[in-house]
Amino acid sequence: MTDTTSKAPPAHARHATSSPRRRPGRGAPPTRSWHDHPLRRITPWLFLLAPLALLITFTYIPVGNMIYYSFTDWDGVSPDREIVGLDNYTQLFTRPELFRVFFVSFYYLAASAVQIVIALYFATVLSFDLRFRNFFKGILFFPYLINGVAIGFVFLYFFQDGGTLDSVLSWFGVGGDHAWLGDPESANTSLAGVSVWRFTGLNFVLFLGAIQSIPGELYEAAQLDGASRWQQFRHIIAPGIRPVLSLSVILAISGSLAVFEIPYIMTGGATGTSTFVIQTVKLAFQFNKTGLASACAVVLLLIILVVTWVQRRLVPDDKVDLV
Amino acid sequence: MTTLAPDDRTTGGTGRPRIGTALTYLSLVVASLVVLLPLVVVLFTSLKTNHEVTDGGALSLPDDWLNFSNYATAFNDGHMLTAFGNTAFILLLSITGTVLIGSMTAYAIDRFEFRLKKTVMALFLIATLVPGVTTQVATFQVVNSFGLVDTRWAPILLYMGTDIVSIYIFLQFIRGIPTSLDEAARLDGANTFTIYRKIIFPLLKPAIATVVIVKGITTYNDFYIPFLYMPSEDKGTISTALFRFKGPFGAHWESISAGAILVILPTLLIFLFLQRYIYNGFAQGATK
Repeated sequence: MTDTTSKAPPAHARHATSSPRRRPGRGAPPTRSWHDHPLRRITPWLFLLAPLALLITFTYIPVGNMIYYSFTDWDGVSPDREIVGLDNYTQLFTRPELFRVFFVSFYYLAASAVQIVIALYFATVLSFDLRFRNFFKGILFFPYLINGVAIGFVFLYFFQDGGTLDSVLSWFGVGGDHAWLGDPESANTSLAGVSVWRFTGLNFVLFLGAIQSIPGELYEAAQLDGASRWQQFRHIIAPGIRPVLSLSVILAISGSLAVFEIPYIMTGGATGTSTFVIQTVKLAFQFNKTGLASACAVVLLLIILVVTWVQRRLVPDDKVDLV
Repeated sequence: MTTLAPDDRTTGGTGRPRIGTALTYLSLVVASLVVLLPLVVVLFTSLKTNHEVTDGGALSLPDDWLNFSNYATAFNDGHMLTAFGNTAFILLLSITGTVLIGSMTAYAIDRFEFRLKKTVMALFLIATLVPGVTTQVATFQVVNSFGLVDTRWAPILLYMGTDIVSIYIFLQFIRGIPTSLDEAARLDGANTFTIYRKIIFPLLKPAIATVVIVKGITTYNDFYIPFLYMPSEDKGTISTALFRFKGPFGAHWESISAGAILVILPTLLIFLFLQRYIYNGFAQGATK
């Protein structure tokens, strides 16, 4: 019930403010002679020249080339290459050692779920007036701003034998040094934990912003009606942040597939922590298998496009689509 | 904890929420410890001597709180000065470029009617869906064909040319600037470029601030692009310099910690001074 009433007004307001403002400029141009001027037709292109050139050179040409390379056996250096058809794709899906890296993504996907829940909790808590609110907000957000290499080293030390984590655990009587990055399962869990530590802050700030943009009267009205805090969350906060939540889910899925920095810096992809992007980078730049690496990249790109498309179908009215 | 100023929202007005409030604070304190502990330990380690690190526990305090010798090691042997210089150079040019390109694109798209406008917009929109990490295999070949690999121009061009989020931030903002201002200036005889430079650009200041901050921090922190495109030692940025520093100093955690703290420190200062802008900027940037 409350869902629709609290969500509808902002959506209407947005449409109302954006559409009439833009129409006059288009429908009834005040100076007709200028609009017919031939220079007027070129001017926008003068402004777009550099941006479009960069966009095409560094986004569209690479995508096109990448698709082409993926059907060849090119090594990235030699002048000749042969078209090998779907061979690279067949290899990718039949050689288990190439295919296995996909499963590492599930660790990060699970981590993203944890991250969203934690962020949601703290955003809700800090949307109420608390002491030291800005202080806590700053602490929770700061990890997101830290350099990835620095984070990698901080946590290498954290997970070291007899390092920070082991020392803290020994306080609680959980003894014994554990090689946290020693076996695949523990290593991937630890790395996914680092990713929670690093990225929770961004989700938290996004959620907090969305919650704070809900008008305060709604809470007051709910309190007058005797709504509990859980009911306030369920019926006022949850519907208000739905667009940001769905955006976070998409970012989480595409982010989990494209993990690179933390595992590359911390383990270099050893002990079963290699991810799809690490493998692609190694294939392309260490083993000179540009063709195969391109096929990997094309598959990843397709997956991400499908995920985004599904999300846009599921949540059509959304902040994501601003144009 | 129990002497909290009673607030309607937190206490709800009944007796039980007292405990609830205490638990809320407890969760916040625990979360803060989880965030701070790994960082504080590294800060301590950076002040210890090699002897203290190998013999003492990870959580022990440094003997001499003013032992900055590790910082000198990290700064000199890690080639940090060159790295900060390179990063500053790349930051300056790529941010300037991003601001110019973003604002020009937004101006052209929002203020003009032209054929293929829908196509141009679609080109920018679709490009947001292509994650940069996936295409580097082929982008590398493009950059290579220009002979720019292992120069500082590679990251500058890539940061400038593939930042579509900034274009969206400008596009959103420019819509709020009334077109009557353009028209008035045009009646006074200003041409389109003058309107862009004298009217639109100055009014875009808040958007420019957002883009500078968000872009600045992400560029400062980026590892992937400089790592792929600038393999030479003297082309290190702070990320790659720190990464390479670990090689020869693998077992010297006190030096590596000092290096990490050196890299984190500027971010912390910027964050403390520009908090408000940073929150808004990143929220805007992520939701595009």
